[in-house]
Amino acid sequence: METDKLIAMLASNAEPVAPGAVRRRYGAAVAGGGFGALLLMVVFYGVRPDLRQAAADPMFWVKLALPLALFAAALVAVTRLARPGVRLGWSAEALLVPVGAIWVLAAVALVSAAPGARLPLVLGSTWVSCPFNIAFLSVPAFAAAFWTMKGLAPTRPVLAGAFSGLLAGTVGAAAYSLHCPEMAPPFLGTWYVLGMALPAVAGAAAGPRLLRW
Amino acid sequence: MRGLSGEAAAYAAFLMDLSAFLRAFLRGRLARVPDEVEDLVQETLLAVHNQRHTYDAAQPLTAWVHAIARYKMIDFLRRRAGREAMNDPLEDDSDLLGASDEEAREAKRDMATLLARLPDRHRLPIQLVKIEGLSVAEAAKHTGMSESAVKVGIHRGLKALAAYIRG
Repeated sequence: METDKLIAMLASNAEPVAPGAVRRRYGAAVAGGGFGALLLMVVFYGVRPDLRQAAADPMFWVKLALPLALFAAALVAVTRLARPGVRLGWSAEALLVPVGAIWVLAAVALVSAAPGARLPLVLGSTWVSCPFNIAFLSVPAFAAAFWTMKGLAPTRPVLAGAFSGLLAGTVGAAAYSLHCPEMAPPFLGTWYVLGMALPAVAGAAAGPRLLRW
Repeated sequence: MRGLSGEAAAYAAFLMDLSAFLRAFLRGRLARVPDEVEDLVQETLLAVHNQRHTYDAAQPLTAWVHAIARYKMIDFLRRRAGREAMNDPLEDDSDLLGASDEEAREAKRDMATLLARLPDRHRLPIQLVKIEGLSVAEAAKHTGMSESAVKVGIHRGLKALAAYIRG
């Protein structure tokens, strides 16, 4: 086909585009992914029975704040990566703030603990399952984030996949924190971070294949 | 960007300008495969059209278009590299290269003769801004014209050139 004809054809079906399309799609993806994660958490793990008492402990909110802060940074990052020609900006560096904060808390807890009590602080009683449970709960958000990114225009597929995966991981971790009984910062700084990193790594690997357009 | 708000005529004009820009952009970078340029121009136009919801009015349009064109070009080169690996490499024979270089030289010469027909107040702004890549402010300083005169000169000059080309 000649280029002029193509242009005429494209111009003849140019419905106006509502502004904010990227933001709206991510709103829907996050809502769907979050709902899916909560549903899986309730069905497979159950909300912790002592939620009411736990909510009085500041550490419960720290545990929720860690994935939510990372979620905010990842959300900014994906909306930028979804648009051609937009720089990633500070949203990648911003990930270091919550992770750094939890590591500082973890270091304080480890230093002030008796030497024999340190390893239990890191391992808790659920370290074997925690990262995999988080990764499992992130599956609905992972699918939603990839589906959304696929309908947009990422020009850096590895990064776009990694941040889509991370976004899903933070949703999974936030949902899992309502079940998980662990409260020690060294545990959160290790296994929560690892659990959120798993979908991010999977996303980076899948990005170039799944996000072509 | 009235085109993105759905005015068909403005949008067609925008795509027209864009196709010229893309052709120049891709021709410069795909000198070895001149036959593929037009296909890729079309593919990129289509991508721009299909992805127009990813354009944010606060963002420079050129950055957006550039990123799409670069992405499509890299994608094309990668696909081609995959194909090429299985093919006889005889495909880039030197005849092809020679012909396209000749064409480029001819295009340049034609452009020079057409430009020479323009009056100075149109020709200089085009030469400085569009061909040598100066900013409007720099071109204004260079020629002693005001910035708005430079812009008007470019606009009218390009219109006149288009008329010459149409014959």
